Amino acid sequence: MKQLVPDGPPIDAVNHYPTADSAPFFGPVVKFIKTVATVVELEVRKLRHDSTDLLTRAIQPFLWLVVFGQVFTRVRGIPTGHLRYIDFMAPGVLAQSVLFVAIFYGISTIQERDQGIIVKFLVSPVPRAAIVLGKALSAGVRGLSQCTIIYLLSIVLHIHLSKNPLHILAVVATVILSASLFSTFSLVIACLVKTQQRLMGIGQIITMPLFFASNAIYPISIMPHWLQIVSRINPLTYEVDALRSMMLQNIPSHYGIGTDLAVLFAVAGVLVTIAGKLYPKIVT
Amino acid sequence: MTYILETNALTRRFGSLHAVKELTLSIKGGEAFGVLGPNGAGKSTAIKMLTTLLPPSSGSATIGGYDVTRQSADVRNIIGYVPQMVSADGALTGYENLLVFAKLYSIPRREREARVREALRIMDLEDSANRLVKTYSGGMLRRVEIAQAMIHRPRILFLDEPTVGLDPIARDSVWEQVRKLRDEFGTTILMTTHYMEEADQLCDRIAIMYRGEVTAIGTPTELKQSIDRDEATLEDVFVHYAGRSLIEGAEGGFHEATRTRRAANRRG
Repeated sequence: MKQLVPDGPPIDAVNHYPTADSAPFFGPVVKFIKTVATVVELEVRKLRHDSTDLLTRAIQPFLWLVVFGQVFTRVRGIPTGHLRYIDFMAPGVLAQSVLFVAIFYGISTIQERDQGIIVKFLVSPVPRAAIVLGKALSAGVRGLSQCTIIYLLSIVLHIHLSKNPLHILAVVATVILSASLFSTFSLVIACLVKTQQRLMGIGQIITMPLFFASNAIYPISIMPHWLQIVSRINPLTYEVDALRSMMLQNIPSHYGIGTDLAVLFAVAGVLVTIAGKLYPKIVT
Repeated sequence: MTYILETNALTRRFGSLHAVKELTLSIKGGEAFGVLGPNGAGKSTAIKMLTTLLPPSSGSATIGGYDVTRQSADVRNIIGYVPQMVSADGALTGYENLLVFAKLYSIPRREREARVREALRIMDLEDSANRLVKTYSGGMLRRVEIAQAMIHRPRILFLDEPTVGLDPIARDSVWEQVRKLRDEFGTTILMTTHYMEEADQLCDRIAIMYRGEVTAIGTPTELKQSIDRDEATLEDVFVHYAGRSLIEGAEGGFHEATRTRRAANRRG
């Protein structure tokens, strides 16, 4: 059939502004960092409007320290050397509570997918990995409320944590890094399974071994040999190892803080790369 | 070359189903083009391919001279897309929704504020800019979504079922703003719809799509004249080229219906 073209301005007359490419100072790296910062800003703005999430996050570490911690400190069944058990487990509880929230992070991505929010990000010219990293870091920012509650509780429960500001800063950085790592892990699963129900099922299955095959609430030395091997490939072990040496006074790290952080950075980097590739597929 | 969008035998298969079958179209700059068809006709799939969200199974498409698969980053710079689903973030204000996208599209800082204000003005949202989007009415929600997709002044704007689930007043307000966009910026518009009145009101040309294929194409007047009936309406045209399916709602199925109604529900 005949193509009928109505009168309209020719393309060149269309009034449009220059896009990113025509601004020479936006190198790809700068653009990447700016995108990450914008995505974090977006999430922080959401938190400002509604911060109930920060409160609900604080409940779990509270219960672990007050209920489980108090009982097991009396039992004295776990060999923690000269450390009181409640001191030993406090960094583990922080790591655990961050993990338990992060592992279900993909649910919010699936909800955003169902709404159409993600599609709008995907049709924009921003790098996918930058969106993923920005989302991961903002999940890390939310982990700050868990840091806060642990330090507050340590005063009430007389847990001996280092009050050195540098140590606290290092703890905050480690928590953000680890929360980013596990939330990106959750995002990768979300991109693969694509439904909330499946993600919740898988999340529940994997938190159990991640938590118990780690040094979070008992030393690795009391595990059977095979489980010790599993715990060594578990990123949570390195997170707890780093946190324990930063939070407690005079406790050297088992693997060395450098190794701990290198492992966490490397795993997070690999996961962000994978998630950046899978992210566009969540909408199809 | 004066066409802003050209497709050549664009095809997408899902298993053995041809969602879009050898679609060949040319759209000129500044044109408002409507794709009309029942649910499941392949309209959304076609839009997903054109907006770089879904790779075609075969065939090709260019937008502004860029290939949608090989030069997708360039294509993304010059397109705007308002999906059928709710795509504004309810947990942010209208202003914030626009600000974030202004930043993502690297609009320079000195222009950003003015551009956001202008988008709010065009979409008639200035008074509610600082309210959370989840408190917006359905028509306002659609308008903030269009504003968001226009913030970087795309050369072509894709609207997927822009007024589905809206009441007549909200629908009129969306239509009015879409017309304003064309008049002020000469933006090319490609919209899908299954409301005949919408296509008649807004579009210069219409393609009728049925089961993945374009069965008729032309201006509304042309299409009405093309069928052998006095004082034909677009509805008659539709029945002629796509059967009674739209009128009877036979296509689409459970999944599509739940999705549309859920979206409509959220728009209130």
